[in-house]
Amino acid sequence: MATLELRGIKKHYGSIHAVDGVDVVVAEGEFLAILGPSGCGKTTLMRMIAGLEMPSAGEILIGGKPVTHLPPRARNVSMVFQSYALYPNMTVARNIAFPLKTRGMPTAERDAKVAWAVGIMGIGHLLHRRPARLSGGEKQKVALARALVRDPALFIFDEPLSSLDAQVRTMARGELRQLHDRTGVTTVYVTHDQLEALGMGDRIAIMQHGRVHQLGTPQELYDDPADTFVAAFLGAPPMNMLERDGHIVGFRAEYLLPSASPAAAHDDALSLRMHISQLEFLGAEWLVYGEIENGATPQKLLAKVPPAVAATLRVGEQREFTVARSRLRHFDSTTGLRVRDERG
Amino acid sequence: MSEAEASSGVGLGDRDHLLGWLMLAPSLIYIAALVGLPFFLAIALSVTSATVGDPSIHGFVGLGNFVQVLHESAFPLALRNSVIVTLATLILTLVLATAESELLVRDFRGKRLLQILLILPWAMPVSLAAIDWLWLLDSEFSPVDWLLRHMHLLGPGSPLGPANHLYYYGKEWLGLGAIVMINVWRLLPFATIIVLAGRTSIPRDIFEQAQVDGAGFFRTLFSITLPALLPILMVASMFTALLVFGDMAVTALTTRGGPGYATQVLPYWAYLKGIDGGALSEGAAVALFMFPVLLVGAILALRMAYRTDSQGDQP
Repeated sequence: MATLELRGIKKHYGSIHAVDGVDVVVAEGEFLAILGPSGCGKTTLMRMIAGLEMPSAGEILIGGKPVTHLPPRARNVSMVFQSYALYPNMTVARNIAFPLKTRGMPTAERDAKVAWAVGIMGIGHLLHRRPARLSGGEKQKVALARALVRDPALFIFDEPLSSLDAQVRTMARGELRQLHDRTGVTTVYVTHDQLEALGMGDRIAIMQHGRVHQLGTPQELYDDPADTFVAAFLGAPPMNMLERDGHIVGFRAEYLLPSASPAAAHDDALSLRMHISQLEFLGAEWLVYGEIENGATPQKLLAKVPPAVAATLRVGEQREFTVARSRLRHFDSTTGLRVRDERG
Repeated sequence: MSEAEASSGVGLGDRDHLLGWLMLAPSLIYIAALVGLPFFLAIALSVTSATVGDPSIHGFVGLGNFVQVLHESAFPLALRNSVIVTLATLILTLVLATAESELLVRDFRGKRLLQILLILPWAMPVSLAAIDWLWLLDSEFSPVDWLLRHMHLLGPGSPLGPANHLYYYGKEWLGLGAIVMINVWRLLPFATIIVLAGRTSIPRDIFEQAQVDGAGFFRTLFSITLPALLPILMVASMFTALLVFGDMAVTALTTRGGPGYATQVLPYWAYLKGIDGGALSEGAAVALFMFPVLLVGAILALRMAYRTDSQGDQP
């Protein structure tokens, strides 16, 4: 358990700036999710924290101690790879014991530690199997036990859920977060899946082009995106964005509602006349695809409405939709940065 | 295939059975004509009294040739030398091939050039290689001797003896050592390519995980790399062993089996007997002594390769 501090971390491969100045402080016991599209530099950043790559510039501190140029084994960092990277020629028991063996722990102590990690993950029945005979979920548990067994200063997860089936993934997400809460180990979790980041992270760092666009709690990022990239990347569907009066105005689909419905009966609201082009059933709610006249070009918008409201809508008709002004977020149309002056 | 089927407009490509045999035919004919036929001919020759002057297989003598060959003083020497040369070459080649593949799997400056240099022995014609090695270990002009003399390891009053030359090809153990060295030099590129292919197919994650888990170079090598390489090392040993055990060129071009029969090996002895000496049937008998060894070696290596491969690595 320790803090993690990244100071001005850069990684350049020739003219390519994979990571271009990242400053992040992760508190002791915190779960930080690093979220971004592929190629944003999140994997490179993670590899530098683990010690698998050396930064071109900047400093890394774990537990207050600089580790920037130390090899991985001198950092006491546990890592779970996307593939789980279990040693194929070793049984589950020997896989889990491996990190202890490398540091020359006596056998008795080692066995006790392995039994403890195996107990936490509930994989006692798998001990004598080889990795090839394990399911995806079992592999993950073994990889977690191996990461856990040596009381690491830091957990690093590299998209550990992406090779699981969709059904198992939700469960695995819960288990991972529970494991973190039980052990209290500082965790860096790299993912491109916003559901994982939103669901598990205490805070999320959103990255693009080697930079952190915004660092904050999931709620902050969702409600108060720092720029248009975050607004468009986070949330399903992404934030609606309109060009108006030289600004970009953004609002979430769930706040865009037909005027007739009581929820939208708001004095201080922005009104938009929308042509409904498609209705999509999502289960608990409906997604409304619409178009509005915005200057010369038509603009596509999305609204998320409850089934009762959706029942009043017809494809092809024109309807008045409104969004409360308190829900509008304004961005500079050239830089894409948030403008805090909340004008209509 | 009936006439009705053949005329129903179904092309050759749709008739898997016939097509299969057609595609296999060239290799079957090749194996039958150039491997099978000579093999059975050798068996036939070995039980007759055929000579180069009279290569008919009428004079049946039973196992007489085998008994005759077994009683010759050269036989135990040739068998011993074949085994020693094969085992020594095998061990050295595997160790060096693993070391080379560990080196070549990494990125460094000049890697391309090194790759070309390492593959060169494989591309060299055997006659050229023989000239190189004959000169390198020449009885009078050997540069190795010259180097040793300059390092005061050879010559009067030095650790390696008072003579000015080591006469590599004229001494039993130096001769065998030279044969092993040339075989290693000759087969290392091939073995390296096989092992390197296996090494690059191990996912990189595994090695990075080992790094994060605190393993150093040697622990990674012995706990991770070598176990993962085992099947491919089996394949490499099989090829290396078969190529060395059946080879007569290196011995023929260097020691010629001498002095006496001290460095003789089975294949060259078979050649000397059967072709040079004209005793075709006895040569065939010597050659057939190698067959069970080669067969057992091939079966063992293949079985081990299959077993390690299926040892729980398939889900």
